[in-house]
Amino acid sequence: MKTKSRSNAARATRRTFTAGLGAAGFIASAAPFSILRAQGGPLKVGVLLPRSGLQAGIGQDCQRGVAIAPAILKSLGLPDLAIVNGDTESNVDTARARAEQLINDGVQLLVGAFDSGQTTAIAQVAEQKGIPLVINIAGAPQITEQGYKFVFRNFPTGPMIVGDAFDNQKEIFAAAGATPKTVVFMHINDTYGTSIAGAVDHVLPKFDMPYTIAEKISYDPAARDLSVEVAKAKATNADALLVVSRLNDAMLLTRELVKQRWTPQAILSMGPGWYEDQYIKTLGKLSDGPISFVPWYDPHKKLTGVLEAALAKADPGVNLNTNHIFTFEALLVAADAYKRAGSTDPKALAEAIRTANITDNVSIGPGISFNAKGQNDKVKDGAIQNIGGKLVTLAPKEAANAKPEWPLPSYQSRG
Amino acid sequence: MPFDLYLNVAIGGVLTGLVYGLMALGLSVIFGVVRVVNFAHGEMMTIAMFLAVVLCTGLHLDPLILLVPIAAVMFAFGYVLQRGLINLFVTRPEHTQFLLLVALAIVITNTLLIIFGPDARSVQTAYGFESFQFGPVLVDAAKVYAGLAAIAFAAGLFVFFRFTLVGKAIRACADNHTGALVVGLDVKRLYALTFGLGAACVGAAGTMLTLIIDTTPTLGPSYTLLAFVIVITGGLGSMPGALLGGVLIGLTEALAGLMFTPSVKSMFAFAILVLVLLFRPQGILGKRLA
Repeated sequence: MKTKSRSNAARATRRTFTAGLGAAGFIASAAPFSILRAQGGPLKVGVLLPRSGLQAGIGQDCQRGVAIAPAILKSLGLPDLAIVNGDTESNVDTARARAEQLINDGVQLLVGAFDSGQTTAIAQVAEQKGIPLVINIAGAPQITEQGYKFVFRNFPTGPMIVGDAFDNQKEIFAAAGATPKTVVFMHINDTYGTSIAGAVDHVLPKFDMPYTIAEKISYDPAARDLSVEVAKAKATNADALLVVSRLNDAMLLTRELVKQRWTPQAILSMGPGWYEDQYIKTLGKLSDGPISFVPWYDPHKKLTGVLEAALAKADPGVNLNTNHIFTFEALLVAADAYKRAGSTDPKALAEAIRTANITDNVSIGPGISFNAKGQNDKVKDGAIQNIGGKLVTLAPKEAANAKPEWPLPSYQSRG
Repeated sequence: MPFDLYLNVAIGGVLTGLVYGLMALGLSVIFGVVRVVNFAHGEMMTIAMFLAVVLCTGLHLDPLILLVPIAAVMFAFGYVLQRGLINLFVTRPEHTQFLLLVALAIVITNTLLIIFGPDARSVQTAYGFESFQFGPVLVDAAKVYAGLAAIAFAAGLFVFFRFTLVGKAIRACADNHTGALVVGLDVKRLYALTFGLGAACVGAAGTMLTLIIDTTPTLGPSYTLLAFVIVITGGLGSMPGALLGGVLIGLTEALAGLMFTPSVKSMFAFAILVLVLLFRPQGILGKRLA
């Protein structure tokens, strides 16, 4: 038994020698590629969005920008991103907790989070942990005024949105040959709404606008009945309605405008809600007419066409909008930085983002670059109008593809 | 501001308040008889609202037509809930009842979230965008129908409690529990009937609220709180008090929103509650405890 055993063992050794040699050769030959994979593997990016709760609709819309990104980034020759999704549940505390959780799980860069309050909380965590945060959407100016080294925003601040909105309004008034003399200003009282309202107070005197604000009416974005607010606005007899809202309250406001039989000359929105697909689909003909002053895409840019085509393929019937554009661009910034940094080291990534100069992009303006505070101060707002269930760009001139429809057709005559 | 604006807003507030009142009436009836505070009241209302949304959307029916069927479904739900679960806790300490009903509320909210998701849903009706014009006064048609239906439903409930034998037996239970047992009333069954009637009120109110507001699974807690504010203001256990409280809170919120800033209108409803607790703790139409 012993001899046989030895003999078997010896045979086994001989047989396995060749196989072992082959395996060793394979491992040795594969080793350099393994090392290369470690260096060039996908960047782990945590995308924090309000996927449930009050802002779920918008969060899920932002996700469309995430879904179409990988193929486009690949076509641009940029490295792969490993996306890890996180849900802020439309809640500041949850946003903070999820950011910490994602970082503990090993994400190397954060993107998010649509809402200024939630983004502020995430920015604090990102800075504390030294992980770069690329903000997709959030307008509160203070986020990039804290001296943070790891926080970058490719989205206009409240004052930038308001300033561009006033510039674009002047262009539209000139094109329409009509100017409202008074407006009533309705705004939500959350972080975003109050920051825009504050910016309006601050910026309006500098722009020499042709109208005065007859009354300011703030309201809760979670309000379920806006009849009193609209009655109060209607009573001012203002020519136009200037508004900062979200999606649900934009629909509530429209319903109340119809019920209270008030069609102002124009609805001038400086926030989300009025141009979104759910608004257009839910209200049908009643959704036509509002003009939104929002960070938007330049329809003449090459990458815009690519993004539109990708979205049309992934989600037929969905109009490209702010949520898709800026969420996609945040991932574009991440991939571009990773390519140039050649490393997942957070400091190297942050430095690469700081020196970004992306001219092949989608949003209006010369491109994506960041100032010392981490803010893209060159990104521009557009003015868009809902016409026939579609969104057309009215201003600025370089991005315009339609003339304004003015005044707003009466709600009662729409059938 | 012109007078007709006040009138417009006040009418809207009263009509909405009537629906709130009907919702709170259910809470008041349950507490008045069973002596259990229903902390899942708002959540039960969201069940009715989702039933209304699903049936209106699926069968293309008007919520007003569904009012009685949904109230009947909610009655059955309340009856079974009381007999099967809450009855076991009737004699237990109040904090145990509180925990049970809060747990039930959380289960309802999360079940609705799992089934329907977080998005707001609305019902489409032919009169959804209509309003009635009386001179300078514009009244939202949906609110008029909802308010009138609330009055009709509450009137039916008053008639039931005052003129039917079962209603009188339930009142007897509420007035003297021991006496009701002595004369041979089936108190457990009457408790279940009462809980069912409370749930039917909330079912009717929820169905009508779909005409006024959008439906989301997370509506429950704020409406439970609102129901408490209303019944404490009107008088815990008082049926007319609940309706009066509803109208008062609806009117106060509407006028406060108009005269001050709309974003603080809820503050005025709570201010009324504080005043009532300070100067008439038993509520406006409540009975003073011995």
